[in-house]
Order: sequence, then structure tokens, then C-alpha cells
Amino acid sequence: MIRVVLPAHLRTLARVDGEVSVDVEGQATVAAVLDALETQYPVLRGTIRDHVKLTRRPFVRYYACEQDLSHDPPDTLLPGPVVKGDEPFLVVGAMAGG
Amino acid sequence: MTGVRVLVGTRKGAFVLESDGKRQSWTVNGPLFGGWELYHLKGSPADPNRLYASQGSGWFGQLIQRSDDGGKTWQAMGNQFTYDGATGTHQWYDGTPHPWEFKRVWHLEPSLSDPDTVYAGVEDAAMFKTTDGGQSWHELPALRNHESGSNWAPGAGGLCLHTIILDPRDERRIVIAISAAGAFRTDDGAKTWRPINRGLKSEGIPNPNAEVGHCVHHIAMHPTRPDVLFMQKHWDVMRSNNGGDSWEEVSGNLPTDFGFAIDVHAHEPETIFVVPIKSDSEHFPPDGKLRVFRSRSGGNEWEPLTKGLPQRDCYVNVLRDAMSVDTLDPCGIYFGTTGGQVYGSADGGESWTPIVRDLPAVLSVEAQVLK
Repeated sequence: MIRVVLPAHLRTLARVDGEVSVDVEGQATVAAVLDALETQYPVLRGTIRDHVKLTRRPFVRYYACEQDLSHDPPDTLLPGPVVKGDEPFLVVGAMAGG
Repeated sequence: MTGVRVLVGTRKGAFVLESDGKRQSWTVNGPLFGGWELYHLKGSPADPNRLYASQGSGWFGQLIQRSDDGGKTWQAMGNQFTYDGATGTHQWYDGTPHPWEFKRVWHLEPSLSDPDTVYAGVEDAAMFKTTDGGQSWHELPALRNHESGSNWAPGAGGLCLHTIILDPRDERRIVIAISAAGAFRTDDGAKTWRPINRGLKSEGIPNPNAEVGHCVHHIAMHPTRPDVLFMQKHWDVMRSNNGGDSWEEVSGNLPTDFGFAIDVHAHEPETIFVVPIKSDSEHFPPDGKLRVFRSRSGGNEWEPLTKGLPQRDCYVNVLRDAMSVDTLDPCGIYFGTTGGQVYGSADGGESWTPIVRDLPAVLSVEAQVLK
């Protein structure tokens, strides 16, 4: 079970409060977590990454264990504490704009 | 009891303004989707409680919201707008080829007869359609694949398809407008398109009389006379009596013929409204006076409507989709400003009242009559 923290706007969109948890089959990669997240909350499709190319939207970032995973390949394995559920995977809306 | 609902899209959310048929006292509901850009909201003519909204942000992209109860509750619908087939390129600002790339939905035009069918005008310019109430969208690609498409170039606001007009005689006949490609019409349900820009003259392009390349800002039509179209171009107010086959200028005595919004009186097909704006760069009303200009002769002869509107120190803009009329008698007219005011007139434009003054910048205004 992977814990995921979503930005406020996406929590509203997905109609959830606080963290969400997703089950990941196989290796817990960034892509696998996002796949599971979008399966559980289809309304999030297209809001974090492109529908077709699955590339990260420019003003979205992925953090975990004080590391920026945003520029890592999608098949990057998540840190151990995230896999164990001790730490969350964070989807962050960049602090920018007016 | 008859009522009016005005759907307002802003830079930071949507608002629903409601009144009874007298249109003197209003309630303001919102913000809905606070913090998101609401480029456009529109109700289905076939079911006024079926509303569609284009919601988006630079962070999280495009969403489509739908309400089945007049805006009380909303549900996010399908938001995948994928171009059909190879996308190719259009011209970028510097004249170089630039790949077609979806950015946002500018305009939603529900079918006149089917609440589940909606057309969407998007940036980069293309037209999409849903027939399942917004769950899925497919492109009508013949427009983007028009032989002139590779030469289309964006206006300052992007390469946006912002105007969709459905012909009430035959919904297969559709007029659209793109900044800065111009107006196009299909007579066969979007299978084929042709530019309808003859008579437009734009000094800012290499050939002022070009078939394609004009910065059309908005087009309006009265439903009883679908062949008569009124256009606010970047410069010039234009009129066509033949469905866009040819245009003539009707700017007449306007103080400036630049502007964005244009609309037609609900009961007087020759009465039209514009809001002249100073340009090319200022984009605020001349002399700090917010004036709606009305022509009762289908153009050329214009009169300023000022009662209730600020006549000094006003430097707001009125964007292309931010004017609408209701079908009550007398006709109601509404427009929103980039300063966050929504003004309404319940007497055909003779006098105006701010319905609400301090919203985020208004992007779109659509009026509905509820019976």
C-alpha cells in the first residue's frame, strides 16, 4: 500500500480528504503508482500527466523522502520508506502563477 | 415562474447569477471550482438544467464539468482531447512551423436539440464533439486538416477556436471562427469546411484581403435569420447577409471599431451591440468611458448606451465570450469585464446595473431563461 499526497485542487476533484492509498502490483515505480492512482480515481487522468504520452505536466512535481523524483525516468523505483508505507509519495503543484 | 440564470466564467472560478423575470434583484452563487480558469459555461437549449463548463489550469490541464440540475451539483466528465491522426504543424508567431498541441477548451456549444451532444472549440485550433454528454470527445478533423491549416498563426491569445454557431435550420451547417485564421463554414456536418472571409480586410497581414489569416474576434447570429452574421474583427465590425459568403463593413460612426464582444437583440434581428475598445495595445475603453454601442439598423449607425455604466476612470476590457442576451421581453443584455463586474440591462440596453462588481476577471457570460 503506497500513501499518496495530492495537491488541494486534485483532492477536491477526486473528492477525497487527506492522503490516499493505492495498491501497486509488481514493482513500485513512479509510473506504477500513477497508474494505480488513475485507476482508483479516473477523474485524475490528464491532470498529473498527459493522457497519451504519460509525460508529467510541466507544473507538477513528484517528491518522496525529501527527494525530487520529477525528472527521473517513470520506471524509477520508489524509495524503500515509500514502498513500506512509512513515507508518502507527494504529487505537488508548483508554487507559481497568479 | 420565469427566471433568468447567468453563467459567468472567470479567471478564478465560475459564478451563477439568478433572478426572477423582473431582473432587478439577483443572487450570486459561487465561486464554483475556485482557483481554476473557467473559460466558458453554457446550458443546453434542449434542457436548460444541463450545463457544461470548461475548467482548466496551467497546473492540472483541462477538465470538463457537467451539471444536470442547473448548477447545484457538478460531475467531472471526460477530458481527453486528442487530435485525430497526424497533427502536423501550423505557423508559430515567428513564422516557423509549430506542432499542433492541445492547450484548452475555449468554447462549448451544446446542440440545439440533444443535451448529450456538444461541440468544443479548442486551442490549438480544432473542433471536438461529444455525443454522450461529455464522457468522450472526438475531433472533427476536417477543419484542422483544411489545406490552409499549416498557414494558420495564433493571435495574441493563442491559436484558438472561440466561436461556434449552429444553424437552427440544419445543425450540419456550422460557422466557426479562429484567431487568427478567420471564419469557416461547413454545410455537411463538419465533413468539409471552407473559409468565409471574403470582404474582410486586415492591414496587419501580408495580404490584407487574404482568404485566410484574419483575426476574427467573435461572430453573432439571430436564430430567425441564420444567414445574417455580425462579426467583431480585430479591427472592423462586419456584416454578412449570405452566411459568410461575403462581408461588408458596418463600423460606421463607432469611436473605435476594435473590440471583442458582439451580440444580437433577442427580438430585433437588426439590433446589435458591441463594446468598442481602444487598441492595438491598450485594450480598454476610449476616454475611460465604458460604453455599449447599439445599432438598430444592423450596423453603420451606432448610439452609445451609457446610463448606469462608468463614464470616467474605467479601464477594463470586455472579452469575446463575455456578452449575452436573454429572450425575455424587454430583452436583457449582460456583459462581464476584466475588472470583475457583470453588468445587466433589463430594457434592451437603455440602462445598466452592476449585478456584481468584484469578481475575478470575467472570461464568459451566458444567459438562460428558465420557465
